[in-house]
Amino acid sequence: MAENDGQQLLELLLADEQALLDQWLRAASAHLQGRTAAAELERAFRDLLSALSKAVTSGGLDLDHEAYGEVRALLSELSRDRARRGFTPSETAVSVFCLKDALFELATRTGRSAEVLIVSSRWVDALGLLTFDSYVRAREEVIAEQSEQLMELSTPVVKLWEGVVAVPLIGTLDSARTQIVMEKLLQTLVDTGSEHAIIDITGVPAVDTEVAQHLLKTVVAARLMGAQCTISGIRPQIAQTIVALGIEFGDIPTKANLADALLHALRGSGVEVVRRRGEGRR
Amino acid sequence: MTSGDDVVRVRQLVRSKAQSIRLSLVDQTKLVTAASELARNTLVHGGSGSARIEVVQRGGRSGIRAVFSDTGPGIADLDLALTPGWTSGGGLGLGLSGAKRLVDEFDIDTEVGRGTSVAITKWSR
Repeated sequence: MAENDGQQLLELLLADEQALLDQWLRAASAHLQGRTAAAELERAFRDLLSALSKAVTSGGLDLDHEAYGEVRALLSELSRDRARRGFTPSETAVSVFCLKDALFELATRTGRSAEVLIVSSRWVDALGLLTFDSYVRAREEVIAEQSEQLMELSTPVVKLWEGVVAVPLIGTLDSARTQIVMEKLLQTLVDTGSEHAIIDITGVPAVDTEVAQHLLKTVVAARLMGAQCTISGIRPQIAQTIVALGIEFGDIPTKANLADALLHALRGSGVEVVRRRGEGRR
Repeated sequence: MTSGDDVVRVRQLVRSKAQSIRLSLVDQTKLVTAASELARNTLVHGGSGSARIEVVQRGGRSGIRAVFSDTGPGIADLDLALTPGWTSGGGLGLGLSGAKRLVDEFDIDTEVGRGTSVAITKWSR
């Protein structure tokens, strides 16, 4: 029965390939409204159609059959491309569902049985679901990539002076970010031969026990490498919260702002900052 | 709440509620920090749980009330858990006791095997 269904569908697919392709393209481009180049769409659909005919020939209607490997690859490539270019899921899936319109039109014109309509309808639906799955997977990949990029972006280590580096922290400090900050800071200490590191938390909205613990770990790691660490950017509300929580920063020097921390680091390395005589404020 | 991202969401929600009733910046930060500690406790010790944040009124003053509940193992020795510096995990052991000091009202309801529910309130001045 299934073999017979496959045979009927195959006959339909091969009956008038050019007409089928044209009809599919017409239906799909009406939905896409010129958002993809016609030639590109035609190439994609032509490849898909020939892959589909081959798959049905040896694999029948079973989409899990290994004969469908090429079809699956083409469909996921199509969805991935659409997902990255910001198409909606329905805009992506509709391209595949339009094949149904084309098949129905051809079946009616060539006077085929109703049975073949049902078979091809189910078959195209399954193809559509496959497209949808790959679309969602591609989108999830994009999201994961972006959050990784954000993490990288938001943790620069900057050199403030010969031997003084600073990490301005912005946003939430979780274990994953702490790990990146720590790695970058320690590597920069080695690369620049710096002896002073300033961790600025002006951009951290709240310091709870977890954030504090991460900060302490980073400082201890930097100290093990022989660097002096200062934590700066402790705003009044953060200071009061830290006291109420009972967190002890021990002998780690802390400063209200980055400027004070830089001055502290400069003095520590024997640099004295003096105003030139007769210039500036008195 | 099922993941670390939800702790961030709770924190943002508490902050926006606190801003809506014009809590001072210090009180906002204290409340947000306390909520952050309790949300993480719910997640780490309870496995998962829920957080409910609401604006409350009493005698012409408004406040923010946050309730964190889980159906985890519960706390066997509450006095010990509230001792600063005592920790069952790898933390600093200041979360629960610190959260208590950061807010105006602190109620904890726990039973071993049934779960834990912590309610905190911070009033505007």
